[in-house]
Amino acid sequence: MAALQIAGKTFSSRLFLGTGKFGSHQEMEASVLASGSELVTVALKRVDLQQEHDDILQHLHHPQVQLLPNTSGARQAKEAILAAQLAREALETNWLKLEIHPDPKYLLPDALETLKATEALAKLGFIVLPYIHADPVLCKQLEDAGTAAVMPLGAPIGTNKGLRTLDFLEIIIAQSKVPVIVDAGIGAPSQAAQAMELGADAVLVNTAIATAQYPARMAAAFKLAVEAGRQAYEAALPPVRAHAMASSPLTAFLDA
Amino acid sequence: MFSDIFHTHDWDAVRESIYSKTSHDVERALQRTQRTLEDFKALIAPAALPYLETMARKSQALTRQRFGKTIQLYVPLYLSNVCQNICTYCAFSMDNLIPRKTLTDAEILEEVAVLKAMGYEHVLLVTGEASQQVGVAYLQNAIRLIKPYFANISLEVQPLQEAEYALLIKEGLHTVLVYQETYRAANYKQYHPKGRKSNFEYRLATPDRLGKAGIHKIGLGTLIGLEDWRTDACFTALHLQYLEQTYWQTRYSISFPRLRPIAQAEGSKSFAHFMEDAELVQLICAYRLFRDDLEIAMSTREQETFRDHAVQLGITSMSAGSKTNPGGYAVAPQSLEQFEISDERSPAVIADMIRAQGYEPVWKDWDQTLL
Repeated sequence: MAALQIAGKTFSSRLFLGTGKFGSHQEMEASVLASGSELVTVALKRVDLQQEHDDILQHLHHPQVQLLPNTSGARQAKEAILAAQLAREALETNWLKLEIHPDPKYLLPDALETLKATEALAKLGFIVLPYIHADPVLCKQLEDAGTAAVMPLGAPIGTNKGLRTLDFLEIIIAQSKVPVIVDAGIGAPSQAAQAMELGADAVLVNTAIATAQYPARMAAAFKLAVEAGRQAYEAALPPVRAHAMASSPLTAFLDA
Repeated sequence: MFSDIFHTHDWDAVRESIYSKTSHDVERALQRTQRTLEDFKALIAPAALPYLETMARKSQALTRQRFGKTIQLYVPLYLSNVCQNICTYCAFSMDNLIPRKTLTDAEILEEVAVLKAMGYEHVLLVTGEASQQVGVAYLQNAIRLIKPYFANISLEVQPLQEAEYALLIKEGLHTVLVYQETYRAANYKQYHPKGRKSNFEYRLATPDRLGKAGIHKIGLGTLIGLEDWRTDACFTALHLQYLEQTYWQTRYSISFPRLRPIAQAEGSKSFAHFMEDAELVQLICAYRLFRDDLEIAMSTREQETFRDHAVQLGITSMSAGSKTNPGGYAVAPQSLEQFEISDERSPAVIADMIRAQGYEPVWKDWDQTLL
């Protein structure tokens, strides 16, 4: 299985995890370990940056696990940029999951503000991974703005509905020069496998694992699904046919 | 403005439409995924009481999907009990002859030190209404004073003007709680005979002013015990629906304070419209089924057993170790409380109780950087 590269860093796992919604930090840690994930998001607003030994961060302290702070709670580019700078200083990473959702109900991303913030943050030396709608034009604009990857949503966040934006994800994957990470909406391992079969470079999962009855076991299931989906993609899936293919009735005469 | 919508609804007609809902209406409401106000009425109706377990299961599932297995912890910090209103249900009422106290800067910091030692990051500032002692300048000063110590600051004080809210938001204010107390306009003045609070319309328009000022979160609610709680809940839901559509960048929370006995000069006092525990469960679940993203808070007014079970039912935040008197944590622990606390367990014990149920107590879920 080919390794994934984002901004010059190599990841052997193509499954990224969110760390919210877990019933305990122990459960979160066990799930992260079971998933094999090497990149996990952590909401800046949940971390106590003034405290040297923040409880959440303690449980994510493993050599293979890289933190990806997110700006959840930011409603505008300005707030997100401030939050990013604070995160970089406190967590000593210039990687950032950029989330700007002015709408607290569905947490849908603001395309204009996200583009603006990506441009500014890339100039400030951040490795920006923006959470966005499955909007192919926006993805190209983000590339031009210096994004390290794009993170289009599969369905509204937290809904477990799967790849409702399938047609647009296919376009994004087909024309992207940066890694495509399907974020939000993936509710079952089969859906993660489907995203990987399409050619997504990675997926990010949180609710489906954190709110499962047995989170760590679900994390392990996602690990297998993501690997299976990627293997299938690399092995090049045969095309889907509605019926058995007839021998060539229309063009056979050419061989005669 | 919400008042335009409010005045097209008649209290008695709304009440009648809730109480005439049938089991058929309830079943239809339960089957839906996006629920309307009519569905909400069915879910709070007496007709829905036989469906309580079904509602509870759905409420739990929706809450877990949206909020995960977490409970946010917050604590009230009473800054003053000086009040120029007469409210028939409140111990701080102007006509109640109790010693009055407004915390000084030094006293506020003493109280803060105790709350920080308990582990709190989210604080709710509370005062009575007294423009001389606790006007906007006092609140602004208090927010400046405590901002370095808390990730999230909420306010439960008199209704303010839009520009005043804008000023306090700039200082670091995140949330404002403003309960209408009751939406029964005809009886409102009975409970609030004197003082600025007796102006029903000004209070009703407060969430509009907050929304225009760009507040992050607004807390709504009515006092349970004054009027028919079902009708009040329906008007609250109507208000919520209007606010969500109008101020779509704001988030909303709700709580259901059941009136507690209060100490008065001539003894204690109880209230007319009693609410059973089962009905409070019904109300929590009905709101969750109506809005999966609504934050639902539960204070220490409720009893231990009820609070323990509520963790699983759909609430998302809890206070613990609360004192409802200014100076109650450190400065003047013996002074008169606004209402009697039912659950006196410490924050650490409450956090353990939450953990024991497989939930994570969340102390910090905001950062001042995001303002």
